[in-house]
Amino acid sequence: MKTVFDFLTQTRGKHQLSRSDLLTYLYLSFGTVIMFGPVVWLGLSSFKPQAQLVRFPPSLLPTRQETVIIPGYENPLELYNVAFEDGTSRRLAQVSRVGIEARMVDPIAPDEIITVNIRQRTPIESLYFGLDNYTRGVTTFDFWTYFRNSLVVTVVATIITLLVNSMAAFGLSKYQFQGRNAILVIIISTLMVPLSVILIPIFLVISQIGWTNNLLGVIVPAAATPTGVFLLRQYMLTIPDELLDSARIDGASEWRIYWQIVLPLAGPALAVLAIFSVMWRWNDFLWPLIVLNRKELFTLQIGLNSFQGEFNTQWDLILAMTVLTLLPVTIVFAFLQRYITTGIATTGMK
Amino acid sequence: MTSIPAPKPSAYRAKRQPTVLAQVLDWVMHPIELVLEPLQRRIGVRRMAWIFVLPNLVIFGIFILLPMILNFYYAFTGGTNFAPQDRPFVGTTNFQALFACQDFLNPQTCQQDIFWRAIWNTGTFVFFQVAGIVFFSLVTAVALNQRIRARGFFRSVFFYPVLLSPVVVALIWKWILQRDGVLNAIIVGLGGEHIPFLLDPNWARFWVIFVSVWAQVGFYTLILLAGLQSIPLEYYEAAQIDGASNWNSFRHITLPLLMPTMLVVLILSLIRAVQVFDQSFALTGGGPGTATTYIVQYIYNTGFTSPSRQAGLAAAASVVLAAVLMILTLTQLRLGKRTEEQT
Repeated sequence: MKTVFDFLTQTRGKHQLSRSDLLTYLYLSFGTVIMFGPVVWLGLSSFKPQAQLVRFPPSLLPTRQETVIIPGYENPLELYNVAFEDGTSRRLAQVSRVGIEARMVDPIAPDEIITVNIRQRTPIESLYFGLDNYTRGVTTFDFWTYFRNSLVVTVVATIITLLVNSMAAFGLSKYQFQGRNAILVIIISTLMVPLSVILIPIFLVISQIGWTNNLLGVIVPAAATPTGVFLLRQYMLTIPDELLDSARIDGASEWRIYWQIVLPLAGPALAVLAIFSVMWRWNDFLWPLIVLNRKELFTLQIGLNSFQGEFNTQWDLILAMTVLTLLPVTIVFAFLQRYITTGIATTGMK
Repeated sequence: MTSIPAPKPSAYRAKRQPTVLAQVLDWVMHPIELVLEPLQRRIGVRRMAWIFVLPNLVIFGIFILLPMILNFYYAFTGGTNFAPQDRPFVGTTNFQALFACQDFLNPQTCQQDIFWRAIWNTGTFVFFQVAGIVFFSLVTAVALNQRIRARGFFRSVFFYPVLLSPVVVALIWKWILQRDGVLNAIIVGLGGEHIPFLLDPNWARFWVIFVSVWAQVGFYTLILLAGLQSIPLEYYEAAQIDGASNWNSFRHITLPLLMPTMLVVLILSLIRAVQVFDQSFALTGGGPGTATTYIVQYIYNTGFTSPSRQAGLAAAASVVLAAVLMILTLTQLRLGKRTEEQT
C-alpha cells in the first residue's frame, strides 16, 4: 500500500524514489499492452488465412505453410518435418494423405515414396503477410462504396459545420441586436440535449423532408452543433472590435469583415472544430443507422456493423475490413497527434 | 460542453498567405459578397447580424428544436402511425404503461419489463463505468505527469482508442473475447477452461463496461492531465520544505486543486454513460437476452425495430431519459458554481 501512495504522490520537478519510478513505468507499460495490444492483435490477425484463424490456440504471427515444387508433380507440395522412430528427422514433401497415413517424398530425391503416420509430421511454416483477406474483403464488403459515402459525409458535413457555425458565432459575438441573448440561451441549453433523446421525432422530420435514404439526411441535421457555435463564439469574443471598426471605415462590407478578418483570426479555434467534426462524422453510428437503410448508401460504420451480422463467422473478411475502417483515423492521428491532444485538453469537449 | 476557456489568439494581424486554402475560400466567399453587399446597403449593418445567424438557426430549429417539441407531443399520443396528425391523443397512457409496476425492484412485475431491466442495467453500467473512468484516468494522468521518458508516446497510446469508432472497438474486442479467441487461449494455457465471455450475462455486462472504459479513458486522462499541469510546482516545493510526505502532498495539494477538473470528468462521463448505446449494440446487440440492453437501446428497439413500432412509448421513455440528463446537467452547473465560489 505504501508504494501505491508513493506512486500517486509524485510530482514533476521533485526528487523521485526510483521505486515509484519503476512502478510508473510498470503501470504505463502494462497500460500500453492493454490499450494498444488489442489493435496490434487485430492487425496481425487480419493477415492470417481462415484456416489459421480457426486454429486454437492461435499463433501470434500470421504464417503460411511452406511448399516446394517437385518435378513430376503438378501442384506445389506442402513441406513437413517428419520425426522418425530412431530419433532423426527429415524435411519431406507430402504427396497425398490416406486416413492416418501420409505418403511423402524427399525434395532432394523425389523418386522414393516414404509412408509415415500423420502424427509423425509437423508442418513447416514461415512468416507470411497475405493480402488475400483484404482483396476478397473489398469485393464482398463493397468497401469503396461505403468509403466514398463516409468520405462525402465527413467532408461535406465538416465544411457546412465550419461555415454555418462560424457565421453564427460571428453574428452572436460581434453584434448587439434584439433577441441575441435569447438565441444564446437556447443554443447553450441544447448543448446538453443529446441526439438519443429525440430519435423518434427527428426521424419523422427527416422523412417528411424526404431525406431518408439520402446522405443529406445524415449531413445537414447535425451541422448546427451548439458546441461548435459556443466554442467559436468564445474565441471570437477575444478579437478586438476596433479591428472591425477600422475595416468598416475603410469601406469593407460586413461579409468581407467576416471572411477576410475574423475567419483567419479564428483559425486555431476553427482547426479544433474541424478535427472534432471529422472525428464525429467518421465515427458516427446512431444517426446513419436510422436515416439510411439502403445498402449502397451505408457509411463505413453501419456497413461494417451489418457485415459482422451477415458474415458472422467469416472472421478473415471482418478483421481485414475492420483494419481498413480504422486506418484513415489512425493515419490522421499519426500526423495531427499533437494538435488533437492539446485541442482536447484545452477545450474539454467531445 | 462545459466551461470552455477561450484560447488566446496569438496575433491580431490577419496574415494572408496565398495558400490553396485561401484561394478556395476566395472563390466561395466572393460570389456571396456580391449578393450580400447590396443587401447590406438595403437593410443596414445592424440587421446583417441576422443574416449571419440565420443558416445555423434554421438548421438548429428544424432538426433540434422542432424535434424536441414533437417528442413531447409523441409521448402523449398512441397508435402505430408515424405521422403526427394520424396519432390519437392518449394523455399520460404511455407514461402509465412505463411506470406500471408492482415492484420497481423486480422488473418481471412490470408491464414494460424490458424498460425496467434497461433502467437497472443502465444504473449498474453507469456506476461501474464512471467509477472505472474516474479511477483509471486519475491514475494514468498522475503517471503521465511524472518526469518520465517517452511521455508523448504513452499519452498517444492511452488516447488512441478514443478515436476509434464504436463498431471498430466492438469488433476488436469481439475477436479477442470469442470462444477460440486469444484471451481464452491464455486462460486455457494457464490451465483454465473456456469462458463464454459474451454469452454469459454477467461476463457480458462486465465486458461492456470494460470495453467502454478502455475506449474512453484516454479522453478524460487528457483533461485531468491539463488540470494537473496547471497546479503550480511551488506548492509542492513548499510542502516538501515543510516535510510533508508524498501522500500528504497528493492528498492536500493535488486532490483539492484537481477537484474542479475531476468534477468535469465525473459529470461528462456520467452524461455519456447514461446514453450508452452504440458500443454495447455492436458488441453484444443488447444480449445475451436483455443483459446489456440499456435505455437508449430500449428507445431504439421500441421506436424503430419492434414489429408494432410503438413510437409513443419510445418517446415517453426518451422524455424520462431527458429528465434524468437535465437533472445531471443542472447538478453540474450547481456544483461548478459552488467550487468556483470556494476557490
